[in-house]
Amino acid sequence: MSSEQIIFYILSFWFIASSLAMIFARNAAKAVLFLVLGFFSAASIWILLEAEFLAITLILVYVGAVMVLFLFVIKMLNIDKSTLRAKFAGYLPLGIVVALIIIAEMTLVLGNAQFGLDVMPSPARHAADYSNITTLALQLYTTYVYPFELAAVLLLIAIIAAITLVQRQEVNRKKQSISEQVKVKAKDRVRIVTIASPSKEGK
Amino acid sequence: MVSLSDYLILSSVIFCIGLVGIFINRTNIITLLMCVELILAAVNTNFIAFSHFLGNEAGQIFVFFILTVAAAEVAIGLAILTLLFRVRGSIDVDVTNSLKG
Repeated sequence: MSSEQIIFYILSFWFIASSLAMIFARNAAKAVLFLVLGFFSAASIWILLEAEFLAITLILVYVGAVMVLFLFVIKMLNIDKSTLRAKFAGYLPLGIVVALIIIAEMTLVLGNAQFGLDVMPSPARHAADYSNITTLALQLYTTYVYPFELAAVLLLIAIIAAITLVQRQEVNRKKQSISEQVKVKAKDRVRIVTIASPSKEGK
Repeated sequence: MVSLSDYLILSSVIFCIGLVGIFINRTNIITLLMCVELILAAVNTNFIAFSHFLGNEAGQIFVFFILTVAAAEVAIGLAILTLLFRVRGSIDVDVTNSLKG
């Protein structure tokens, strides 16, 4: 067994174990932390597949931003822990049966006979000066530049939608009152004050 | 050497774990969102494995866009969740049944 296989199996074990721990976690915050561990394992597996940029992106964007957002929401909502897992066991046998059937079918379809090393040999490793980011950027800014800009617009829409959804009514919003502005007169804004000028003898 | 089928079977197992998570968690919408994230991670692993073994970077570009859409989805999903909690006082899945579906 090569060292690559050993690393792969260790990472796969942690990925699967943390995913299982996540779905059976009683506490939502613990589930988020298990999912963070799962994403770290997934990022390591992606580095094994020479997708370094996406692995770093997964850690920066998912673990750094999305999972922290989950934690924020969990802390903000203050969920009652006792109600969790009340109706937990009812759907568990059915879920396990369906999952096992799906895994068995996928193993039959995706097994070594179809996608093994003799059918699809492992490609040669890239040289040390190969840059995954350069390769991706060349594709992203030429062939896929239009979807790239659409993705940027999508993120902008997500920002606006999220802010609009959670904004409360008129609490602290600064806005213009157009009618007040139109009907204002000059004497409302300018006040003429007569000030006694200092006399020359006083100095 | 690790074969392509190893990666594919790993991601199918992760996919099924996410699916079971959606089945059994009837009480918490946050966990449902996290299970969707797990399923997307499995799909992304599939894309990257095929991209590596076929020598084509288009799969990695696709994963890049999936990550973008998933981040937007989580942001809006959590915003809706906060709104739901403000209106209902609970994020129980069984309480959110006003559509009678």
